[in-house]
Amino acid sequence: MQISDLNRLEALELIERAELFLPFCVSREKKLKTLQGRTLVNLFFENSTRTLASFELAGKRMGADVVNMSVRNSSVLKGETLLDTAATLNSMGPDLLVVRHASSGAVQLLSRKVSCSVINAGDGKHEHPSQAFLDALTLKRSFGRIEGLKIAIVGDILHSRVARSNVALLNMLGARVRLIAPPTLLPFEVQNWGVEVFNDLETGIAGVDVVMALRLQLERMEGGFLPSPREYFRFFGIDREKLKAASPNVMVMHPGPMNRGVEIDSDIADDPKISLIPDQVESGVAMRMAILEALASYGRNDE
Amino acid sequence: MAAMMNNMKIFTNARVIDPASDFDGKTQVLVNEGVIVGIGDELTEEYQCEIIDCDGHVLMPGLIDMRVSTGEPGEEHRETLRSAGYAAVSGGITTIVVQPDTNPCIDDASKVDFIKRRGRDYCLAKVLPCGALTKGLAGEQMAEIGLMAQAGAIMFANGYGAIKDTKVMQRLLAYSCTFDALIAARPQDPWLAKGGVVAQGELAARLGLGGISSSAETIFANRDISLAAATGAKLLLDMVSSKNTIPLIETAKGHGLDVFASVNIHNLCLNDNDIGDYRTFAKLDPPLRSESDRLALIKAIKDGIIDVIVSGHDPRPPEEKRLPFDEAAFGSSALEALLPAALTLYHAGNLELLEIIKPLTANPAAILGLAQGKIQIGAPADLIVVDLGYPHRFDASQTFSKSKNAAFDGRLFQGKVLQTFVNGAKLYDIETGVVR
Repeated sequence: MQISDLNRLEALELIERAELFLPFCVSREKKLKTLQGRTLVNLFFENSTRTLASFELAGKRMGADVVNMSVRNSSVLKGETLLDTAATLNSMGPDLLVVRHASSGAVQLLSRKVSCSVINAGDGKHEHPSQAFLDALTLKRSFGRIEGLKIAIVGDILHSRVARSNVALLNMLGARVRLIAPPTLLPFEVQNWGVEVFNDLETGIAGVDVVMALRLQLERMEGGFLPSPREYFRFFGIDREKLKAASPNVMVMHPGPMNRGVEIDSDIADDPKISLIPDQVESGVAMRMAILEALASYGRNDE
Repeated sequence: MAAMMNNMKIFTNARVIDPASDFDGKTQVLVNEGVIVGIGDELTEEYQCEIIDCDGHVLMPGLIDMRVSTGEPGEEHRETLRSAGYAAVSGGITTIVVQPDTNPCIDDASKVDFIKRRGRDYCLAKVLPCGALTKGLAGEQMAEIGLMAQAGAIMFANGYGAIKDTKVMQRLLAYSCTFDALIAARPQDPWLAKGGVVAQGELAARLGLGGISSSAETIFANRDISLAAATGAKLLLDMVSSKNTIPLIETAKGHGLDVFASVNIHNLCLNDNDIGDYRTFAKLDPPLRSESDRLALIKAIKDGIIDVIVSGHDPRPPEEKRLPFDEAAFGSSALEALLPAALTLYHAGNLELLEIIKPLTANPAAILGLAQGKIQIGAPADLIVVDLGYPHRFDASQTFSKSKNAAFDGRLFQGKVLQTFVNGAKLYDIETGVVR
């Protein structure tokens, strides 16, 4: 549900387990029987392409029957409440429920009303735990460790569930996290999150091993948080010039989908020597396989 | 339904508290025809009267709650005046001021009359209608304040929203002076508070919920105080929540302005941590703020800067509360929790008993010009007997209110009403329940 539901050991175990699935994902025969006979429902109240596809693939590779439901266009518009939808689904008896919703806390609310395991695939501006885990897995693959890494998260922290989950998980795993954003995109009293906070990109990025750019969530922005994307790119967009301040072996990540030329320069995003973005997607499936497996073996515990 | 009882009653063996005269001591109270006619030890049983032995418990005036919402008319599934009356007297509240944000809203004299008649006929507690400040509560066209005042509107308010247009607010305040009407303003900048569902703070940021800053309150409190100063109007800053608003009120009072302030009982007893895991019952307007705000509000009661404590009773059915936090309705059902929650501040040593009782009785009576709210000869016998030590767990499912959305649900309380009298008639007894 949220990162703090797990302790350090459990988190590490989950990541190690996912590492085992990585070679399997590139093998020829991509089907396990771990979840055979179980039903996984992807319940998405908000648009998503990659997270949905990633969970679907993970479920199928683990042998589960996968049903995707996009509730955005159906019963919700007819006035059905979240809990009614939950009760309806619960009666159909799924074993695993992957939920995304535009309101913070909505997945938690839903999980109290269903008897199966629920995985939070993003709730409003709150958390997106599986994204944080796949980022951690990506880091582990690339650097061989997470502890001690200096990681800068740049951009729209205020609206970002990815940032909240990443800060929690990376702090738990011993990384040193910095947040870089203009004051209008920083949450209230963010300095108490156990991170260093910077308003200036070049100061903040100095010597870091990893730069994580976040998507500007234009759909969550009511009213002007920024003068223009152009000005944002000038001061906070990741390009080769600004990366010179970071460690020479710096790697760049982005949870996607990218606004090229706003948060990140295409030159960086497409450079395989610097960009970890394709690895993130690849890690996503393996990570989610590990999450599904953990939930299936622990029975009815919530993630 | 304030039925007159012709017989006389004498309340004996009581610790009588009269907040209007700061009296707190053992004495007896004699009631005839619903009015207090005698106070003193020398009263004997030679009168042909019913003896009510208070068994050493507190006898005090029934509470006056200056901010209660019901669903009548229009949303009777939330609360009716009848169900609100049961809830009120069982919670020791004998007078309620009902808010105008109903459907239709109370914005003309005939609707004020409707509320008065329905209140008289169906509500065990005394009902005082609060009129709308503007037509349809839209914040644009002034409502007929004079006619509504004549029809019995005790004060005027605009529901939850502030009057956005400063010019409209200025004219309302200026115009109200003709009738010496009390204008209640919810000080909250609607633009700054937009999208906010909880107080701005670390918790809100972590939970990913939109925050309402304390500036949203101070900006509009400042505005309305300035306008009150310029017009000489009688202004109530309704339900202040931020510690930063308190100095503004203090200064206004220091300048001799007719400015009063109220606070919601939830803001005195809970803080933003009570939202915990997205608990929508704790989604309130004004929002629960930090512990330092809470302590500052308590101190402002002690210092006499905040005059009134209200329940802010806002009944909401499950379909409005069992939703994701962003989408859930604001509000808490609180009539029955008001007194026991307020007494927690006494038991915790935050306030003296008199300091808590005044903002619940004598102060609202003085602001509204009511005869009740005190234990003095000639005052109506709206009285409650309270066991200060009575331990209980507040169980919303057992309340008389039609809606069970109590933020205090499950709280351990000490202190409970044993008996409630309105105009001398016993309408509630902890043994037998409410008179139906």
